[in-house]
Amino acid sequence: MSQTTTEDTATGTGASPAPVAARKKVALSEGKKAERRLGWLLCAPAALTMIAVTGWPILYSLLLSMQRFDLKFPDRTEWIWFDNYVTVLSSPYWWNAVWVTVVLTVVTVAIELVLGMSLALIMHRALVGRGIVRTTTLIPYGIVTVVAAFSWRFAWTPGTGYLAEALGGDPVLTEKVPALIVVSIAEIWKTTPFMALLLMAGLALVPDDLLKAAAMDGASGWQRFIKITVPIMKPAILVALLFRTLDAFRIFDNLFVLTAGSQGTSSVSMLTYNNLIKGLNLGIGSTMSVLIFIMVAIIAFVFIKLFGTAAPGSDDGGKR
Amino acid sequence: MGATRRYRLAAGVGAAMLAAGTLTACGSGDQGITVNVYKYPQENFQAIVDACNAKAGGRYNIVYNKLPREADGQREQMVRRLAAEDDSMDVLGLDVTWTAELAKAGWIKEFTGSVKSQVESGTLKTPLDTATYEGKLYGAPDNTNVQLLWYRSDLVPTPPKTWDEMISMAEALVAEGKPGQIVGQGKQYEGLVVLYNTLVNSNGGTILDENGTKAVVDDKAVEALAALKKLATSKAIDPSFSNAAEDNARLAMENGNAAFQLNWPYVYAAAQKKPDFAKNFKWAPYPTVSGEQSKVTVGGINYAVSNYTTKPNESFDAVLCLRSAESQKLAALKDGVPPTIEAVYDEPEMAEAYPMRDDIKETLKNASVRPRTPAYQNVSTVISTILSPPAGIDPQATADRLRKELQDALDSKGVLP
Repeated sequence: MSQTTTEDTATGTGASPAPVAARKKVALSEGKKAERRLGWLLCAPAALTMIAVTGWPILYSLLLSMQRFDLKFPDRTEWIWFDNYVTVLSSPYWWNAVWVTVVLTVVTVAIELVLGMSLALIMHRALVGRGIVRTTTLIPYGIVTVVAAFSWRFAWTPGTGYLAEALGGDPVLTEKVPALIVVSIAEIWKTTPFMALLLMAGLALVPDDLLKAAAMDGASGWQRFIKITVPIMKPAILVALLFRTLDAFRIFDNLFVLTAGSQGTSSVSMLTYNNLIKGLNLGIGSTMSVLIFIMVAIIAFVFIKLFGTAAPGSDDGGKR
Repeated sequence: MGATRRYRLAAGVGAAMLAAGTLTACGSGDQGITVNVYKYPQENFQAIVDACNAKAGGRYNIVYNKLPREADGQREQMVRRLAAEDDSMDVLGLDVTWTAELAKAGWIKEFTGSVKSQVESGTLKTPLDTATYEGKLYGAPDNTNVQLLWYRSDLVPTPPKTWDEMISMAEALVAEGKPGQIVGQGKQYEGLVVLYNTLVNSNGGTILDENGTKAVVDDKAVEALAALKKLATSKAIDPSFSNAAEDNARLAMENGNAAFQLNWPYVYAAAQKKPDFAKNFKWAPYPTVSGEQSKVTVGGINYAVSNYTTKPNESFDAVLCLRSAESQKLAALKDGVPPTIEAVYDEPEMAEAYPMRDDIKETLKNASVRPRTPAYQNVSTVISTILSPPAGIDPQATADRLRKELQDALDSKGVLP
């Protein structure tokens, strides 16, 4: 490469002297080299710390997932390669947890998107008491999840709870489907404000003039929303959906408090916790962590593909 | 120049802070050897600790560190720290079911020599069994526990002797429109395992073999499943049975819904706060399943000494003091936990605070231990998951599933639900 460039300059075709000169400077100047080295040295502590605190644990859990590694039986540790993956992937508990997680994610995120959008529109359009509207909307998000989950649990427990009494005193948290509905309600109640907040930021991008012009042309409110607001907001919607989907997929705290995974309501995170922390089976637990990591990566990938150019990070995002 | 001076100043301040840190560390060392005890939140335990510290005369100083209230939380904290070889834990208050796991993992020390003989002398056999794994003693029984049948004497003149009798008496009461429900622990957790283990052992069945390496679940254990199902599907069962833990059962009975309760003796002390309820609140031995005396599952706490302690001698001595007859009497009188040293039951003060002491002692002599295996946590989780909800049990099919998944759990092959 460098030879051709020198040749080019030597023949003096004059195609692009400026970049060549710049490249030469990079290659030659001692000062630049030293600066670059300094740059690397300055980055090194941060980079090494990152490797130590994120890279190594990821690698370590990969290694653990290929061993029989049970703290209860320290003398039985051995390399079993992919046996743990076979065990986990052939376990009905794992697939039940995957389905529970997927259903919870899809249902809660879909409802949150609709509710969040309405809330965002209300907050955006509120003429009087804008501050109060926004504050009250955000209250659920400001409450610690575990505390909120405990109040949900008491509310749904017959004898102590008003919600259980209102619905005839059935112990809803003791059956799979009702319990999952309660968990979904708790999740939606808790995180819709977050969705609304992100969407409101997107709404601010929509120029009022455009909406007014469309109204002049006779577009109805719904048409204006679908044809103007939503397309302009697309990047904001994507970010909100991506954040919430990845978050919802890792649901743990609400489930931990409300059902503790009983009656087949474990999510994948809950199941991993049970095997890793309670069961002390580092092999199986790490296998599950790796599988969750892969699933989360797939979700992120699918989102980027689906939304294509509107994805964050793609330069022509504003192209419409 | 100015910058250098500022730097020197900062370094000086830093050095001073480090030095101060070392000084304080030395300061605490001068008061003698600290023995850190980790135990569940027991209301009057500090008094026992203080008494032992006074007796030690400065040789060691016991510090009581409270673990979380829930058993799972207690185990998690200890296990996590032991796995990391934490040397700041010396004495551990273990639930009776954790001995095998911690012993096998090499996290707790064996009791040998004179300490062992001191622990064994005068101690009831079943609690000692819970502290023994593969023939070695790994714990010193502190308190023990067995469930009794609690009933309302205004509704039930004579307590039922058998399981079936209890169910039919309760159903008759409910049919008359009286509060005749049976309450107990049917939630998917350890309490359900305790109930099932009692039924299996009383019926002469086995869940795991003697070494805790093979899942058996024999015919007698299948019959126990049928007995549990009969209770759970009875008209007299508490409607929230499948989500009830100890306290839910206690409250359901105190609120006047139930005539029968299967629960630990702590409900007696709690009931005394409601005199109207307490005057009719009576107890009887656990109803039998097979006709012979029931073998009720034993609970309780054993003291173990961490393998990573830096002061084993003081720790073993502290254990001996914390579980001495005197300490156990105090705990029994103040906190209502049954002693493990037989002689304590005969102390005169026990009669008043502990009117059911004879029934407890008799039950204890014929009590049963939960399966002893390092994988107990997994075994317990598998059992409570498969048995939940108890009304959905299909004895033969449930037993087959139990056998398969218990074996996987013992081989650390299975996925924990």
